[in-house]
Amino acid sequence: MKELTVISGKGGTGKTSLVASFAALAESKVLADADVDAADLHLILEPQVRHEEDFKGGRIARIDPETCIQCGECVNWCQFNAITPSLEVDKISCEGCGVCVHFCPVKAIELSQHACGKWYISDTRFGPMVHASLNIAEESSGLLVSLVRNQAKVLAEDRGLGTIIVDGPPGIGCPVIASITGSHAVLIVTEPTLSGLHDLERVGRLAEHFNIPTLSCINKWDINEDMSDQIAHYCAENKIELVGRIPYDTVVTRAMVAGKSVVEFSNGAVSKKIKGVWEKVRGILNELS
Amino acid sequence: MIISIASGKGGTGKTTIATNLAVSLDGNVQLLDCDVEEPNAHLFMRPDIEHRETVTTPVPEVDLERCDFCGACGELCQFSAITVIGKKVLTFPELCHSCKGCMMVCPQEAISEKDRELGILETGMSGSVEFVHGLLRIGEAMSPPLIERVKAQIKPGKVAIIDAPPGTSCPVIAALRGSDFTILVTEPTPFGLNDLKLAVGAVRILGIPFGLIINRSDVGDTRVSEYAAREGIPILMEIPDNRRIAEAYSRGVLMVEVMPEMKARFQNLYEKIKTSVSVSMDRALA
Repeated sequence: MKELTVISGKGGTGKTSLVASFAALAESKVLADADVDAADLHLILEPQVRHEEDFKGGRIARIDPETCIQCGECVNWCQFNAITPSLEVDKISCEGCGVCVHFCPVKAIELSQHACGKWYISDTRFGPMVHASLNIAEESSGLLVSLVRNQAKVLAEDRGLGTIIVDGPPGIGCPVIASITGSHAVLIVTEPTLSGLHDLERVGRLAEHFNIPTLSCINKWDINEDMSDQIAHYCAENKIELVGRIPYDTVVTRAMVAGKSVVEFSNGAVSKKIKGVWEKVRGILNELS
Repeated sequence: MIISIASGKGGTGKTTIATNLAVSLDGNVQLLDCDVEEPNAHLFMRPDIEHRETVTTPVPEVDLERCDFCGACGELCQFSAITVIGKKVLTFPELCHSCKGCMMVCPQEAISEKDRELGILETGMSGSVEFVHGLLRIGEAMSPPLIERVKAQIKPGKVAIIDAPPGTSCPVIAALRGSDFTILVTEPTPFGLNDLKLAVGAVRILGIPFGLIINRSDVGDTRVSEYAAREGIPILMEIPDNRRIAEAYSRGVLMVEVMPEMKARFQNLYEKIKTSVSVSMDRALA
C-alpha cells in the first residue's frame, strides 16, 4: 500500500482541486482529507457518511467553584495566562498541561476532555473517504490529522486498496508535519509566483527534514513563465521531481462551482495535463519501496 | 488600532490586502506578518532588516547527578515529553509545551531550562512602514508562541496591520486575538465560501468586529455575497480579477505600484474600518 500526501506550503495553489481529479483517476484507493481546519474536498466528493465519531482531543482545566478557595496560586503557575484574575479558565489559551491541577492545594481543578471535532468514514462516487471537522478555535489539529490518516490506512488494509491519497493542509507547522510523517511521498502543488517559490522552498525543506521523497507540480504555470522556469530549476537542484505543469484555465473554477472534479467536468487541455501528472505520480509511487 | 487580515482558505489575497493597506496609509504603520509558517509579506515590502533574533521556548534539561528517578516529572507531563524508565530519564523536547510543570514538581530540583529554537524574529523598515515577521524553524510544529512574539512588537499609538495564517485553528486564533477589527478576505467560489463560514465562526468566538473583502470578485458564483447579505456582514471592498494584479503579485510587486489609483481605495477601506471600530467602541462603552 502506498500513501501520497498532497501539500503546498502556500495556501490556495490548487491542492484540493488536484486531489479531486486524482480521486476520479486513481484506481483502488482511499481518500483522506487531512486539512481538518479548512476542509474542502467534501464539497466536490459529496461523501455519504457511513460512520461518524466524536474526536476527543486535548484536555483543558476545569475549576470546581465549590471547592476553590480563591487563593489564586494557579494564576501564577500557569505559563499560558489561561486562568483569569477572576479564576476562570480561558478555554482558548489553556493547553491542558495539568500544572494547575497538580499544584492546587485543595484539588479544585481537574482536566476534562471534550469533543473538539468529528471524524467520518464515508462513501463517495470515487470510493471510500476518511475526513473530519475540527470545531472552530480548537487545538489538536495534528492529533486529528494523525487519526484521519490512521483510519484511512486501516480502511485500505481491510478492503485491499493499494493507494491512499491525502489532501494536506497549507503551511509547515503541526498539522502539516502530522500529514506527511511516514507518508511514502509528498506532492507539492505550487504556483509560479515569488510567494509560491518561497513557500515551496520551506515546505520542500520540511519534507527533506523527514526524508520523504518529494514531487512537485506547477499549477497555472503560464501566469509567469519565467517564474515557472525558476521553480523548475530549484526543483532540479534540490532533488524534487517535477511531475508536470498545469496551465491556467477558468475551467478549474467552473468545475468547482459545478461540484465536479476538473477531469469529470472537461476534456480540455487542463484535464489532459492533470491526467499526465497522475500517470507520472502513479508510476513513481509504484516504484517506491 | 490593530487590524488583522484573515481568510480561512489560503491564497485568497490576505498578504495582498495587508501589504497594500500598509503602504497606502501615510506613516505611523506597523505591518506584522504572523503567518510564521509561510511568511510572504517581506517579498513585497522588501524591508531593510535592522534586528534579528532567535526565538526560543524553555524545555527541560535533567541533571542526572541530582535526579533520584522518582518519576514525578513523567507523571505530571501531559505531553509525554519527559519520562523516567529505570535509571534513565528520556526527554522529547519537540513534544514539550513549556508548561514548566516538570521543573516545578521535581523534589530534587534536578530539572533546569534549556532552549528549543522556535524560529527567527526580524524587524526593520520598509519606507515609512515598520516591518515585523517571524520565520518558524523548519521542523518546528508549534507556531503560536512565535506568533505571540511577533505580536509583542506592536506599539501602542500605531496602526498595526496583522497578516494572519490561513485556517481557523490555534495559529489563527493566536494571530487574531486582541485585534480591534478583522478583515476577512475571500473569493467567490464554493471553497472560498465554505472556509469563510469557518473564519466567521472564529472571529465571532473572539468577539472581534469584522468585514469582508471579496477578491477576484467576478469569478465563481454569487453565493458569497448572498451569504454576506444574509448574515449582515459588511462588504468593505471588491477587487475584480485582473491580469495586471496577478502578474505584479507573481513578481513580488505591490498592487498600488502598478495601479496607483488603488491607493485611494485602500485609504477609504481604512476610513471605513476606523468608523466601524469607533462605533463598536461607543457601543461597548454605552
